[in-house]
Amino acid sequence: MNRRGWLVIVAVGVLVGVSWAALTPLPERSTREQPFVIPEGTWQRRMSGDPVDILPQHIRLTLGINDVLLLKNQDTVPQTFGPALLMPGQSFRLPFEVASDYQFACTAHASGQMTIIVDPFPASAWGKLRWRALKLIESFGNKSHEPTT
Amino acid sequence: MKHHGRITGWLTAMMVSLSAMCALAADRPTLKAGVFEPPRAAPELSLEASSGGKLALANYRGKVVLLGFGFTSCPEVCPTTLATLAQARRRLGAQGEQLQVLYVTVDPERDNADRMRAYLHGFDTSFVGGTGTPEQLAGVRKNYGVMAERKPFGNSYTVAHSSSVYVIDPKGLLRGMMPYGRLPDDYVHDVRALLSE
Repeated sequence: MNRRGWLVIVAVGVLVGVSWAALTPLPERSTREQPFVIPEGTWQRRMSGDPVDILPQHIRLTLGINDVLLLKNQDTVPQTFGPALLMPGQSFRLPFEVASDYQFACTAHASGQMTIIVDPFPASAWGKLRWRALKLIESFGNKSHEPTT
Repeated sequence: MKHHGRITGWLTAMMVSLSAMCALAADRPTLKAGVFEPPRAAPELSLEASSGGKLALANYRGKVVLLGFGFTSCPEVCPTTLATLAQARRRLGAQGEQLQVLYVTVDPERDNADRMRAYLHGFDTSFVGGTGTPEQLAGVRKNYGVMAERKPFGNSYTVAHSSSVYVIDPKGLLRGMMPYGRLPDDYVHDVRALLSE
C-alpha cells in the first residue's frame, strides 16, 4: 500500500476514535468517590528519608462522575492529608456540588497549597471528548491514585 | 462444651457491637461539609474569650459549634466566611440560638480580646473570638491541623492560613470541615441535620 493509503487509514482511525470519545455515554461508576489512601508504614518511610508523595498538588474531579474526595489514613500515626488532619484509621469524605477551583492550605506540598478542580458534568459531545482526553493524560502522568481497599 | 459456649458468647458480643457501630454510622445524616469517619472528640480549647473569661468547647455542649481560624486584619477570606456564618445563623431563625460560632485568631500580636469582640460583633453579636499566647494558639492549630504562616506585606505583615470551618456536634464530636466558599444554606443544612440527631 502506498503512503497515501496509510494516511487515509490513520485519518479514518483517528476520526472513529474521536467520534467514539465524543458520542459514547460516559461509563457508569458504582461509586462517585475518588479515594486517596495513606498506607500503613508511610510515616516510617518518610522518617527513613523516602519522599512519599501520595496526594497530588492538583486533583481533578467531575460532577456526577467522581465528585467526592475520599482521604483515608491507614497509617498508625496522625497524618495531615491535604486539608485535613486524620487520626489513624480515620477517613475524610468531602462531596462537591459546584464546579469550581478549590484552594486548600496543605503542608504536605512545598507551595503550601493544593488545588481541587471540579469540572461540570460533561454532557455535550465536546465535554465528553475533553473529559476522556484529560483521563488519558492523567493515566500517564498521575500515579498517585491509590486503589480503594 | 463450656469452651464452645464461651466462644459463642464472644462472637455474639462482637456481632452485637458491630451491628451497633453500623447502626450508629447509618444514623448519621449526610452533611454538605467534609465528614470525618469515625468522628473524634473535638480537641478542647483553653483560650481567652472575646466575651470575657475562658473559651472552652465544653461551655457549648448541646449546641452545634462552627469553629473558624483567622484574624481581624484579614482582607478577604475571614470577612467572607464570617458574613456567610452570620447569614446562616439568621436563616436558622430560632434554631440559631443552638448554634455557636467561635473564631480563633492566628494573629495574637494584633488580635487581643477587645479587638476581636469589636470585629466579630460587626458580623453577629453572638460570635465569640479566642486569643492567647502564640504557644497556646500554635497548640490549638496543631490539634486541628490548621496552617498559619506569617508573611511580609508592605511595611507590615499578613497571615496566610487555612480557611475551612470545623463543624462540632452538640456532643462535642468533630464531625466535619466545611471548605471556604460554601454557601450559607450549606451551613444551615448541616446545623439542622446535627441538631435533629
